[in-house]
Amino acid sequence: MFKLEKTDLSLLVIVAVLTMFAPFILNPFPADSAMAQFNAGYPDLMQRFVIFGVFAIGFNILFGLTGYLSFGHAAFLGVGSYAAVWMFKLLSMNVVPAIILSVIVAGLFSLVIGFVSLRRSGIYFSILTLAFAQMMFALAYSVLTPITGGETGLQLALDDPRILGVSQTAGGNIPVPSIFGLEMRSSAELALGAWSFTFNVGYYFCALIMLVSFYVAIRIFRSPFGMMLRAVKSNQQRMNYTGLNSKPYTLAAFVISGMYAGLAGGLMASMDPLAGAERMQWTASGEVVLMTILGGVGTLIGPVLGAGFIKYFENIFSKINSTILHEWFAFLPDGLEDLLVNVLYPFIGKGWHLTLGILFMLVVIYLPGGLVEGGQRVNGWFRNRGAKKSTTKTTPAE
Amino acid sequence: MGILEVKNVGKRFGGLQALGDVNLSVKENSVHAIIGPNGAGKSTLLNCLVGKLIPDTGSVMFDGQSVLGRAPYEINQMGISRVFQTPEIFGDLSVLENMMIPCFAKRDGAFEMNAFSDVMSQKDVLEKAEHMLEEMNMADKRHMHAAAMSRGDKRRLEIGMCLSQEPRLLLLDEPTAGMARADTNNTIDLLKEISDQRDITIAIIEHDMHVVFSLANRITVLAQGTPLVEDDPENIRGNPKVREAYLGETA
Ligand SMILES: Nc1ncnc2c1ncn2[C@@H]1O[C@H](COP(=O)(O)OP(=O)(O)O)[C@@H](O)[C@H]1O
Ligand SMILES: [Mg+2]
Repeated sequence: MFKLEKTDLSLLVIVAVLTMFAPFILNPFPADSAMAQFNAGYPDLMQRFVIFGVFAIGFNILFGLTGYLSFGHAAFLGVGSYAAVWMFKLLSMNVVPAIILSVIVAGLFSLVIGFVSLRRSGIYFSILTLAFAQMMFALAYSVLTPITGGETGLQLALDDPRILGVSQTAGGNIPVPSIFGLEMRSSAELALGAWSFTFNVGYYFCALIMLVSFYVAIRIFRSPFGMMLRAVKSNQQRMNYTGLNSKPYTLAAFVISGMYAGLAGGLMASMDPLAGAERMQWTASGEVVLMTILGGVGTLIGPVLGAGFIKYFENIFSKINSTILHEWFAFLPDGLEDLLVNVLYPFIGKGWHLTLGILFMLVVIYLPGGLVEGGQRVNGWFRNRGAKKSTTKTTPAE
Repeated sequence: MGILEVKNVGKRFGGLQALGDVNLSVKENSVHAIIGPNGAGKSTLLNCLVGKLIPDTGSVMFDGQSVLGRAPYEINQMGISRVFQTPEIFGDLSVLENMMIPCFAKRDGAFEMNAFSDVMSQKDVLEKAEHMLEEMNMADKRHMHAAAMSRGDKRRLEIGMCLSQEPRLLLLDEPTAGMARADTNNTIDLLKEISDQRDITIAIIEHDMHVVFSLANRITVLAQGTPLVEDDPENIRGNPKVREAYLGETA
């Protein structure tokens, strides 16, 4: 089916099932239990999971396959967001044209930036991409204010022209992004006993797009083009002396990953119609590098896992504060409770970066293949145990 | 006219004249060896033929066309394949994939945006690669990581990769350097087989006299960037000038 190998198809099916049932899977705790703050099944966060999943999947096509490490991909995400918001302002609140323009604009930017940056490789390439992104960030903040909204960011206003739509709703509000009339923000709630689940249009829209992106990435990985990209990473010298021009291959990978970033930016703006320069900052570019490495560079599912992992930490761990810690350890004697809270405190709330940093270091040192390698090891370990068990079981029968 | 005509080629590195005034004519379907002491300029000459270096003076014609100023991939597409001194293969890829890449390059040219079809559905390329692996006696290693193979096998794979492109001229830079005797003899046999069975010209840079005299039917001796003599093997063996320059013996 879908012209995929069995293992790839099952991977796609697993990802599809997980994303479609995410509102359940991410809300395992009853709504008013103490553990409810670990629930991640609310629209805003779920949207971020899949949008950053798209971003990381695309980044991995460049970094994972060709080995070229871009430190400027957030710039393409940023221009994608701006393009989408402009489309909302000028054309229509329908997300489809907005997202199409995001992808095209990001593709054009990545064509130019990639063309120049790919004149160098290794660290010089990374620095060039970083320089471009920082330049765009600085311009967006300052001289390009008429286009980007500068420090406040680009927002919708009550007097936007909007050719195919209205400037204001009947109630005098700014209209919201929608897909052919269905509003992105609309949600259905389902309460099952103590549990409650939210099904949001925006989330399902992003999730479907992520599934398509994931499918396209699988096809690219398994194609002759994907094999050439791995050849670029493995030995460019041999490639060039085998009659292959590595430049257009690398540039194509760069543009494809830039378009994925633009798509992610367009989706972000579709969920919340504003765009700010901070989306282009180097920390944002660094984040997608972390996601890809944490999940597993060059693997299909790794970037998605990495994106989910980091976004979960950012949103859940950062919300735990000392009051919550005190509640958890209230059953302990006072002295011990205070001690534990003080020990844990640096790792939570604003300190989530510390926890993430430590985890990142542990993964890079002990699991260079990222979470995917971790999963494979656990799987292998279970299989070995299973194999041993079945042999011990069958031996007496013989 | 030979298939490869090198005329008055000179190359200077700063103050060092690496190649003086090199003239060389490689006849079609011959095995032409280029020998000479260390630092004679053999590798430099070869690099001028494949587009890695551009000579300061002179011309290099392959099959009537100039190769100068062309990128390595373009020269390869003209029909010149190169084997490196240390095997250059795609270490991160499987042996089969290594063999498929030159087949794709042969079929699709220098760049082809074939991003949506499955590699394994490209039956013609797959068959050709499998066939070449069998010819190289490495079909059993097809799913191996290329980097995990022995040096002899890597060399074999590299030669196979070059052959799968059906080049008209195969260039080898000291293909047996650092090899054990057994591997060296295997390589000699392989190259003999190749030149006997295929419509191919081989130019080989070699240090090992045993290899040179087992394979070559024409030899050019290079010393200090200029060709000393070009002759048939039997005449080279006894030539006092060659003995002096190359073997360091005084006549
Ligand atoms: N890229 C380079 N830059 C400067 N000098 C070089 C370079 N390549 C080779 N040489 C010099 O040119 C001379 C010929 O080198 P080479 O062609 O490698 O000799 P051979 O392969 O015959 O041993 C040597 O003296 C070497 O040091
Ligand atoms: Mg040499």
